Amino acid sequence: MAINLKISAVGTREDRLGSITGYSGDLHDIVEKSKCGTLKNKERCFSQSSTCNAGCALGQLSGIKDVAIINHAPSGCTAMASGVTVNNDQLATKRGIANATVFVGTDMDENDTVFGATGSLKEIILETYNRYKPKAIFIGTSCVSGIIGEDVDSVIEQVKKEIPVEVPIAAVHCEGFRSRIWATGFDASDHAVLSSIVKPPKQKNNKINFKNFYESAREEITEIFSNFGVEPFFFYQNATVEELSHLSESLATVSICGVLGTYLGNGLEEKYGVPFVKTINPLGVAGFETWLRGIGTAIGKESEVEAYIEKERAIYLPKIEEVKKQLKGLRAVLGMGPGYTYEVSRVLQELGMEVVWAASWHHDKKHDDDKLPAPLKYLEENSPYNFKVSVADQQNFEILNILNHYKPDIYFSRHPGTTVWAIKQGSAALCVNDEYMIFGYKGTLDFAYTVLDTIRNRSFEKNLAARVKLPYTEWWYKQENSTFFKGEAK
Amino acid sequence: MAKILDQPRYKCALSAMQTIQSIEGAIPILHSGPGCGAKLGSGAGNSGHFSHNIFPCTNISEKEVVFGGEKRLDETIENALKVLDAELYVVLTSCTSEIIGDDAEEVVRSFKDAGKTVIYASTPGFKGNNYIGNDWVIESIITQYLKPSDKKTKGLVNIWAGVPLHDPFWLGNLRELEKLVEDLGLIPNTIFGHDRGIKNLNKIPEAEFNLLVSPWLGLENVKLLEKKFGTPYLQYPTIPIGASETSKFLRTVGEFAGVDKEKVEKIINKYESEYYYYIERFADVFLETRVMAKRFVVVSDSQYSLALTKFLVNDFGLFPAKQYITDDAPLKYRKQIEEYFKELNYGIEAEVEFSSDGYKIHGEIRDTDYHGYPLILGSSWEKKIAKETKAHYLSISWPINERLVINSSYVGYAGGLKLLEDIYSVVLTRFN
Repeated sequence: MAINLKISAVGTREDRLGSITGYSGDLHDIVEKSKCGTLKNKERCFSQSSTCNAGCALGQLSGIKDVAIINHAPSGCTAMASGVTVNNDQLATKRGIANATVFVGTDMDENDTVFGATGSLKEIILETYNRYKPKAIFIGTSCVSGIIGEDVDSVIEQVKKEIPVEVPIAAVHCEGFRSRIWATGFDASDHAVLSSIVKPPKQKNNKINFKNFYESAREEITEIFSNFGVEPFFFYQNATVEELSHLSESLATVSICGVLGTYLGNGLEEKYGVPFVKTINPLGVAGFETWLRGIGTAIGKESEVEAYIEKERAIYLPKIEEVKKQLKGLRAVLGMGPGYTYEVSRVLQELGMEVVWAASWHHDKKHDDDKLPAPLKYLEENSPYNFKVSVADQQNFEILNILNHYKPDIYFSRHPGTTVWAIKQGSAALCVNDEYMIFGYKGTLDFAYTVLDTIRNRSFEKNLAARVKLPYTEWWYKQENSTFFKGEAK
Repeated sequence: MAKILDQPRYKCALSAMQTIQSIEGAIPILHSGPGCGAKLGSGAGNSGHFSHNIFPCTNISEKEVVFGGEKRLDETIENALKVLDAELYVVLTSCTSEIIGDDAEEVVRSFKDAGKTVIYASTPGFKGNNYIGNDWVIESIITQYLKPSDKKTKGLVNIWAGVPLHDPFWLGNLRELEKLVEDLGLIPNTIFGHDRGIKNLNKIPEAEFNLLVSPWLGLENVKLLEKKFGTPYLQYPTIPIGASETSKFLRTVGEFAGVDKEKVEKIINKYESEYYYYIERFADVFLETRVMAKRFVVVSDSQYSLALTKFLVNDFGLFPAKQYITDDAPLKYRKQIEEYFKELNYGIEAEVEFSSDGYKIHGEIRDTDYHGYPLILGSSWEKKIAKETKAHYLSISWPINERLVINSSYVGYAGGLKLLEDIYSVVLTRFN
């Protein structure tokens, strides 16, 4: 589907990509149904609190240096402000820079729900500008502003007349009820950047756009890319508005997570011809090499890439082979976003482990290039066996049911919400929360040893599991994990 | 009217979920959007028996916004009773469910014969902040769950202090208050934290009196308990930190409960002599530092701004600059709270401002001459202004992102010493 930067609100993943949040089956089935379009969402008649797309949308934008986020919402929706500010400060300090980004709210109250608050929103935008002189302003919407019908776009048109023209100001439509998929928020943030900040290219530079979360492998990647004569430009964390305005001038775009990057990467490719490297991601050996070769092709540096691969392989492959022997046969369950579930599944297989059940929080049938996401395609073609797959919408009770039933050697998570309950239930668990945890040869080696260490010292979880009561009833553990899918409830 | 919330120091009323979460055996059911739980769930100690990831939630989507969400709530409650092992289920409404007009009370009523207790509280975020939300949900428990008791237990005292999970020291403080009350020969009864829960909740109507340790939070509820169960209450307007206030606290509670005066004085004497043993040994550190001025400023809620001011002035001999209260305390209590700031030794009075605009507060701090390096006690938000003003800085109230508090307490004699440890562990990192 073509990306339309003229509209204010990007379509949800459900509408744009046919994405779903409820499914239980297996790898071959979900791939087949995704390809032929017959994959249908299963609603639940029981659910647990998850997350909304506003967190992803505003969280992404608030990493940009020296901007203002104004959340048009009641106070609770702005509770994330201090976390954002502290993270910004720590991540900027690590780089030796300063980030003056502010995250404020409009503290909507009962009167606002009756009489509307566009007047005060306008005042607050101007006040925020006067206080902080941000380099860009993003106005987030909320459930309340959405339901009472606040016309945020019109307010923005009005304030544009009172704020210097070089300060982009954009709405970020991220009402919490809009989409069941938090990644719709990534798209909302990308849409705001593409439509209000990115300018058409004037001249090409030698940069590769690198979409990521917190640039923890910045130095390593800068070093790798120097072998190919190019520089990475990491964003959104610590990126300036000026730098982002040149995204269209880069040689190519890569993203550490397919789910995170699809809208911006495909948008830049479609609008400005910046190639988006859509290979599997640089996790594990196959991922890293395929990804590097994809970059090599995009920028015409194939031979440099091959030379680099050959050199690094000699250092790391023997070490990885060594540790693999000790991981062989370990049975694993995963619960992550689809941008990582299938990537990490591939790495686990590569390391000789068995994927017993892979749960992803949502499922994209396709990305914005209308193609099946690369890691699924890879697994479909290369997995030595079929395995169970579910789309679990961060539903803790489904994951724990699965863990109880399959009793794996280890459970892999990536977000808050399941790791601790897995260990309470007696599974070893490892949270893959740094997006670069399995990056490249060295990351793969480190990851393999981290898995091994997790399995070999189980004191923490054994101590805890022996002393806690689980939150679920015995009845629940006797049910199928998909019991509450509508139409399948027993 | 919408106002700028610059540096938020409170959350919304749906944070009442954290109050329920802190009662063992109780679980909230959120009739809310999918993100409310996660946004409000930030805070210390969030992987307990139940947490926001475990809370049943209707995860309101566009469909419910358009067609209503009562059916969705009904099936969520019905299945929550099957899946989650709890004794008390508390349905909490949200901005969305209230604006679309769902009648949660009616849905909850249909579960009165479900075999498990389901109650409800109206907690839309636009109607009030988390302090108010805490009181609303306790009120719901009092009116919908608690039953009058025929028996009164002699010496049983219900203790109420602070907002669960929001105040980082809330549980440690509560435990310390229990100990102090126990020292007086009374039987403390609290409902939050380990091994309290529903069994203690059920004892509330049996108590001899309610002890509210707070300047305003919870006042309506102890009055309600008095009305409903005839239980008198004692409001002690501040958590006692350090020797002066704690001794006063013991005397006040002792007198209210009719504890023998001599016994109270004996307890106080024992504690004070030990407290001052430590103070005497470390007084050199306090007095012979080159980098600590006499002035301090607290940016926190009513409870902490008052308690810390009292400790630092009456116990520790510092001098209050203007103090800030950021909990958006209800207007009707503000005058009384200001009066409390005049109850300081030597006729000292502290100026107080109620404000939720961190930018303005920081502007005033920046423009104040503290005649030396001041001490700033506040939240994560104060880190930056402390750096700018070369202040000593300690984060003590939400949000505290860069400090881990497990069960520490600032209450009591030990709490005063703990606070001095924390302050001077900052002071000692600097030299002039």
